[in-house]
Amino acid sequence: MILNILGNVLITIGVIFLFLGALGIFRMPDVYSRMQAGTKATTLGALSTVIGVGILQPEWFWKTLLIAIFIAISNPISSHALARGSHKIGIKPFMKKEGLDSYENVSIEEEK
Amino acid sequence: MIYIYAAFIILAVFFAVLRGLLGPTTSDRVVALDNLTTISTAGLVLLGFVFQRFIYIDVSLIYGVLSFVGVLTIARYLEGGL
Amino acid sequence: MSWLMIIVVVLSVVLIIAALFAVYQKDLLLAVIGTSAVSVVLSVLFYILQAPDVALTEAAIGVALTTIIFVITIKKTKRFEE
Repeated sequence: MILNILGNVLITIGVIFLFLGALGIFRMPDVYSRMQAGTKATTLGALSTVIGVGILQPEWFWKTLLIAIFIAISNPISSHALARGSHKIGIKPFMKKEGLDSYENVSIEEEK
Repeated sequence: MIYIYAAFIILAVFFAVLRGLLGPTTSDRVVALDNLTTISTAGLVLLGFVFQRFIYIDVSLIYGVLSFVGVLTIARYLEGGL
Repeated sequence: MSWLMIIVVVLSVVLIIAALFAVYQKDLLLAVIGTSAVSVVLSVLFYILQAPDVALTEAAIGVALTTIIFVITIKKTKRFEE
């Protein structure tokens, strides 16, 4: 009974966070804000949904835990590579003032 | 209960597809594609729970392992590497 | 109309929109992104139609392998279509 309520609550939280991540992708002003909304909120939503299903069905728990570990590893990798690539091709962040972008002044030799 | 989950998943897919259609730069569309893949990973586990089949979870495991490869390739192409 | 029927109808509409986006796009990298979105949605549709093996193959090939091959081809040739 306790496990049933806990699993349903986790799945509800996860589905709501998936929806909020997609809404953040639609509403945010520039690429980096969209990436932040669409990766962090969606990762939390997917993790919570998958673990909730694993709690509702206790014999599925280890495979759902494996899926959750793979999501938690592979989702930040793609987000990091995409943010770096879109900064390299010259997409400016959305800022009120100038000079807040510290990564703009890093030269190639300093990076290596 | 399942109606609420289905409604939220459908709304999430709708907003992600809308951003993918009208995003100004290439990176916006790639972010929308990544979001669509993660939504489908969670949704396939949920559908497997609704159908009560244990073997259906394997598809979601494949998505969890391989979903970052396409986005990583496109990001390396934008950066000028590859 | 059950909730599963609503999901199938919504995913079919998304599938057609993504396929038309991939066909009529002049920028070939965006066409590759549209092809990947078609693959994701088609995999979920196969899953709902009780064919998990086809869905697994579609996920592994369509998301990872096709994207890599097309992006390498665009890198070797040119990005924009006249």
